[in-house]
Amino acid sequence: MLISEQKPIEEILSYLDGDKNVFLVGCKGCAEGWKSGGEKQVAEMERNLQAQGKTIAGSVVVDMLCDSALTNLKLRTYKKEIAAADSILVLTDGAGVQTVAELVNKVVHPGCDTLSSGGAHAEWKEAERCLECGDCVLEFTGGLCPIARCSKHLLNGPCGGSQGGKCEVNPDIPCVWQQIIDRLAKLGQLDKLERLVMPKNWSVSLTSGPPVKRLS
Amino acid sequence: MKTKSNLEQVLEAGQFAVTGELGPPQSADSEVIKRKAKILKGYVDACNITDGQTAVVRMASWAACLIAKEEGLDPVVQMTCRDRNRIALQMDVLGIAALGINNMLCLTGDHQKFGNHPTAKGVYDLDSIQFVKMVRGMRDDKEFQCGEEMVVEPRIFIGAAANPFADPFEFRVARLAKKVAAGADFIQTQIVYNVDKFAEWMKMVRDRGLHERVKILAGVAPIKSVGAARYMKTRVPGMDVPDSVITQLQGVPKEQVPKEGIKLCIDIINQVREIEGVAGIHLMAIEWEEAVPEIVEAAGLLPRPKFTP
Repeated sequence: MLISEQKPIEEILSYLDGDKNVFLVGCKGCAEGWKSGGEKQVAEMERNLQAQGKTIAGSVVVDMLCDSALTNLKLRTYKKEIAAADSILVLTDGAGVQTVAELVNKVVHPGCDTLSSGGAHAEWKEAERCLECGDCVLEFTGGLCPIARCSKHLLNGPCGGSQGGKCEVNPDIPCVWQQIIDRLAKLGQLDKLERLVMPKNWSVSLTSGPPVKRLS
Repeated sequence: MKTKSNLEQVLEAGQFAVTGELGPPQSADSEVIKRKAKILKGYVDACNITDGQTAVVRMASWAACLIAKEEGLDPVVQMTCRDRNRIALQMDVLGIAALGINNMLCLTGDHQKFGNHPTAKGVYDLDSIQFVKMVRGMRDDKEFQCGEEMVVEPRIFIGAAANPFADPFEFRVARLAKKVAAGADFIQTQIVYNVDKFAEWMKMVRDRGLHERVKILAGVAPIKSVGAARYMKTRVPGMDVPDSVITQLQGVPKEQVPKEGIKLCIDIINQVREIEGVAGIHLMAIEWEEAVPEIVEAAGLLPRPKFTP
């Protein structure tokens, strides 16, 4: 079970700055269980965003958002609503956010921080997607995680070892920063990468923070 | 002047700068550093001392810097984020400044996988850009990364690296701009063998006006053998060695290849000097320090400017 909690509403609103029409995505799996992005939380978020003057283009709560095939089927039925939206807000763990980002050619905002994967790596089996850092950065990286997929966890990448789209550490590993640049270029958002990303808060990460939060 | 760095003085005086490179030994032998420093003295304005390059355990850069300084060099301490978190980095920055070392090159670092301890845990708490910004904040705002203030700030001339030959090419100047915005005073580039591509990169640098905000030193290095050239071409990530370089070295008898490599290096120095916005060279004759005096002299870069300390 992937354990996530919603980011503070102020942070979510800062991500949505400039986006009027938002499509919401939740998950009936882990996010429902942890009350971070189930049906109830998605409905609450709709009301909160409307109170802030946003329009809700539509919303969907998928059974297992990290199941790429299932999510693809489900999102297809909302093609029109998604096309009309300025962006998508995903209320799940990092794996779910990245599933949506890979399927939809639209800006995807993470609405939650992933605290722990609880020993599982979601249904998305072909790669590690989330390192339970507890301070999700997918907002700045086009929905592709540099913590899980960059060998040096760079937040201001790519390093000088990115060659032909591959990581210097192993030619079988794609350079996620090349992928991030490609995706942001496609979305017309390369300016996002001009900004200096500040040092990360590792105190909430599963590997360097205290485990108290997960045990309680 | 922000610091007591000789390199800063040379660059601020508008002189074409020459920095060298010295690799510390894989032992506690101080004589190696003294020997190399003696060769370089008088031929370089400052000398980088590498920090566990290629992730191989070597004498600490700051310690080797101190020995090199006693030999009369202006050392540039290299520091990587691979082995230190933000706490250790800042402690070292304070210590280095207290020891009278004036220059620092802030790097992310070669991945531990490439070194002699590939099972080590990499740190990467910060990346090089965040590191540059942290040192800048310590020097100019007397502030630790956490925001707390200090009494005596580290007066360090801050350097960063840039690789014009890594991918994606179009984004490389944008990343340089981030390093400049973070507070880098000078930049040392990856070794230039593909001068055309470097010139193209420099044009993009000028288009953003970055050459006026940061001093750019072009990386150059002599090649000793055809095998070394091939190795760099095929095995070193982020290196661009054109076929013409290998052909040129193959065109002379084997015993003359080192001489040809030096000639090639001098040619490249002469070419990069002509490019607008290049403020100097960073000459990396790694394990071939003896070649430095000859190259610097033949490139017409002697005598090196002298300032009263």
